[in-house]
Amino acid sequence: MSPQAAGLLQLTALIVALALAYRPLGDHMAKVYSSEKHYAPEKWIYKVIGANPAAEMRWPAYLRGVLAFSAVSVLFLYLLQRMQGSLPGSLGFSSIDPDQAFNTAASFVANTNWQSYSGEQAMGHVVQTGGLAVQNFLSAAVGMAVAVALVRGFARSRTGELGNFWADLVRGTVRILLPISVIGALVLVACGAIQNFSGIHQVGQFMGGTQEWNGGAVASQEAIKELGTNGGGYFNANSAHPFENPNPLSNLFEIFLILLIPFALTRTFGRMVGSLKQGYAILGAMAVIWIGFTALMMWTEFAHRGPAFEIAGGAMEGKETRFGIAGSSIFAVATTLTSTGAVNSFHSSYTGFGGGITLLGMQLGEIAPGGVGSGLYGMLIMAVIAVFIAGLMVGRTPEYLGKKIGTRQIKLAACYILVTPVLVLGFTAVAMALPTPADSMTNSGAHGFSEILYAYTSGANNNGSAFAGLGADTQWFNTTIGIAMLLGRFVPMVFVLALAGSLAEQKPVPETAGTLRTDKPLYAGLLVGTILIITGLTYFPALALGPLAEGLAS
Amino acid sequence: MTNNTVSSTGRVLGAGLRALLVLTLVCGVLYPLAVTGAAQALFSDRANGSEIKDANGRVVGSSLIGQRYDLPLKEGEESPAPDLKWFQPRPSNGLGTNSVNTQPSLLVSGATNRSGDNEELIRWVKDAKAAVVKDNSTATYRVNPTDIPPDAVTSSASGLDPHISPAYAGLQVHRVAEKNGLDVKKVEDLVKDHTTGRLLGFMGEPRVNVLELNTALRDLTGK
Repeated sequence: MSPQAAGLLQLTALIVALALAYRPLGDHMAKVYSSEKHYAPEKWIYKVIGANPAAEMRWPAYLRGVLAFSAVSVLFLYLLQRMQGSLPGSLGFSSIDPDQAFNTAASFVANTNWQSYSGEQAMGHVVQTGGLAVQNFLSAAVGMAVAVALVRGFARSRTGELGNFWADLVRGTVRILLPISVIGALVLVACGAIQNFSGIHQVGQFMGGTQEWNGGAVASQEAIKELGTNGGGYFNANSAHPFENPNPLSNLFEIFLILLIPFALTRTFGRMVGSLKQGYAILGAMAVIWIGFTALMMWTEFAHRGPAFEIAGGAMEGKETRFGIAGSSIFAVATTLTSTGAVNSFHSSYTGFGGGITLLGMQLGEIAPGGVGSGLYGMLIMAVIAVFIAGLMVGRTPEYLGKKIGTRQIKLAACYILVTPVLVLGFTAVAMALPTPADSMTNSGAHGFSEILYAYTSGANNNGSAFAGLGADTQWFNTTIGIAMLLGRFVPMVFVLALAGSLAEQKPVPETAGTLRTDKPLYAGLLVGTILIITGLTYFPALALGPLAEGLAS
Repeated sequence: MTNNTVSSTGRVLGAGLRALLVLTLVCGVLYPLAVTGAAQALFSDRANGSEIKDANGRVVGSSLIGQRYDLPLKEGEESPAPDLKWFQPRPSNGLGTNSVNTQPSLLVSGATNRSGDNEELIRWVKDAKAAVVKDNSTATYRVNPTDIPPDAVTSSASGLDPHISPAYAGLQVHRVAEKNGLDVKKVEDLVKDHTTGRLLGFMGEPRVNVLELNTALRDLTGK
C-alpha cells in the first residue's frame, strides 16, 4: 500500500472513531451541564469552595468567577515554579527564573502551553504533575464552562442568568475530563508511554556506557494534554518523544483525543438549544475546514517542495519514522485547528506551504473544531457574524436561534474577532522593528519572519506550538508572549459572556417564512465562506511575507 | 460601594483559591497516583520505559529510545565516526544535552527546526547522502544515491527516533555482512525478521527497530 493510501485510511479510521463517539459523548455533556443532581464528592468540593452550585449567576458574576479563578491559578503556578528549588520531588532542579515562570504560568492557565523551557531538564515531578498537568484539566474546564454559558444564552429567554461557574467548572472536570483521561492514560501506557515516579536514573547502552533519563507521570499528563487541547509536552520533543507517543496506534489515539470533545460539543450545543440540526450545521462547517486542511497538508508534504527536501527525496526532516508523512500531517492539522499545540513532528521543517497551513489554521481563530469550549464559542461568534452578513444582503434584521442580532450583539462579536489579530500583528510588527528580537531566529529570510509571526499567532490564539527554531527564552519573548496569551484568552471571554448575557435577556423572536434557516447546508457553506474571507483579509499580507514567499520560491 | 466591591472581590478570590486547591488534590495528586498504580500493576515493563536486555541479561537501552552506534571519539575529530559493524540510525542533529540543571547529563530531545531552504540543512543532507554512499558501498555492492530513502539523511523530530525505514536497513545489509564476516542472505533475513509492518495494514509506516536489530546481530556474531 502506498503511504498516501495508508494516510487516507488513517484519516478515515479517525473520522469513523469520532463519529462513533459523537452522539454518546455530546449527549452526556449536555446532561452534565443541565442536570440538577449533585454527586456526593461534588457536594464536598462545593462545601470546600464555599459555593452554592444551584445559585444562578448573571454574566458579570460568571465572568468574575472565571477571572478570579484564573488569576489565582496564574499566581499559584508562578509561585510553584519560583519555589521549585526548595520543593521535594523536584529531581534537584533549580527554581525557574521570574520571566520564564510568568510566561509558563500564563501559558498553562490560558490553555496555551507555549513552552520556552525544555521539560526534561527544567521541570521536576511536583511542578509537572501538581502544577502544569492540573492546569491542563482546569483551563480546559474553564473553556467548556464559558462555551456552555454562551449556549445557555441562546437557549434561555427573559432572564439574564447563565448558570453557576463553580458548578460548571467542577462538573466539567469531574464528570467529563477525568474519566476519559483515566482510560486514555491507560491506553497510552499499554502502547508504551511511561508512567512512574522514578528520579533521574542511568540505563545501559548497546555500545557501553549509560544514558540518563528522568521518569515521570507522562501518560497521565499526555492524556489530558490532548483531551483538554492543551499541548504542553512533558519532554522537549512533545508528542514526537517515544515515551509520550510510542507507536502509530498511540499517534492516532492522541489525534482522536484532541478532536473528541471539540467536535462532540456541537451535539451538546444542538441538544441544549433544542435543535440537533443547528448543531449539525456547525459541525458541518468545522468538518469541511478540517478535512480540507488535512488534504492540503498531505498533498504539500508528500510533494516535498524545498531545496533540502528535494535532495533528501522526502520531507522527513523533523518527522518520526513510525508516523511518516501522513501520520505527521494529520496530527499537525488537528493540533493547529484546535488550541492544542502538541506536536509529533516539527512544523518549522515542514514545506513552505505546509508551515503556512499550520499558521492559517491558528489564524482562523481555532474553530474547526477548535479548543475544548473555545472552539465552540469561537465558531458561534462567527455564526453570529455570518447571519449578520446574510441579513445585510437581504435587508432584514438578522436573527440566530430565535434571538435578534442587534447593535449590541454585533458590536460584541466584532470586538471578539478583533482581539487576536491586534495582538498577533501588533506584537509581530513591534518585534520585527526592534533590533534584538530577530537575534532569536534560527532561519533567515521569509522563514525567519515566519518564526516570529508563528510565535505571536500561537500565543494570542492559545495554541502553543512553535516554529521552534525561535530561541524564545528571552525576557522580551517570555514577557510579550505571556501578555499575548493572557489577553488572547481572557479578553474574548469577556465579550462572549457579555453576549451570552444580552441574548439570555431577550424574548425569543418567532420563526417566519423570511427567517434565515441556519440549520441547512447552505448556511454552513456561508459560515465557511465568512470564516475564510475574514481571516484572509486580516492575515493575507503577513502570510505573503512569510510562508507564501517561502512556498512560492521552492 | 467601594468597600462592598473590595469585600466581594476578596470573597470570589478566596473561593477561587479554595477551588484550585481542592481540584489540585483531585487532578494533581489522586489522578496521577491512581493511573500510576494501575499502570504499574498492569503494564509495569512499559510504564518503566520498555527496557531491553541482551542474551547475557545486560540492559542495553529502551526499545523506544534511539541510540548512536559510534566508535570512540578520536583526537582531532569533531564528532565520532560511526561503527560500521552495526546498523546505523537516522541522523540526530537536533538532539541536545542539558543546558540548565547540569549536575546530571540528560538527553534533551529535539529537532533541528531548519527550514527547507536553510543552507545548513542543505549541507547536512548533502553530506549525509555522500556518507551513506561511501559507508555502505562494498567491493561487490554499490549504493545508488537515488535509492537512498529520506529518513537516512534527515534528523527526526525527537532526535531519539528508534527506527529506520526498511529501505535504509536494506542499504546497510551488504556493509554489515562484510564487516561481520556474515553471509549477506543471513543479514537480509535478520532485517526481515525485525521489520514491523503497518499496524492492521494501514497505521503508521513500515520500520525497523535499530537497537533490537543490532542486539540480534550481536547474538548472531557472538561478539
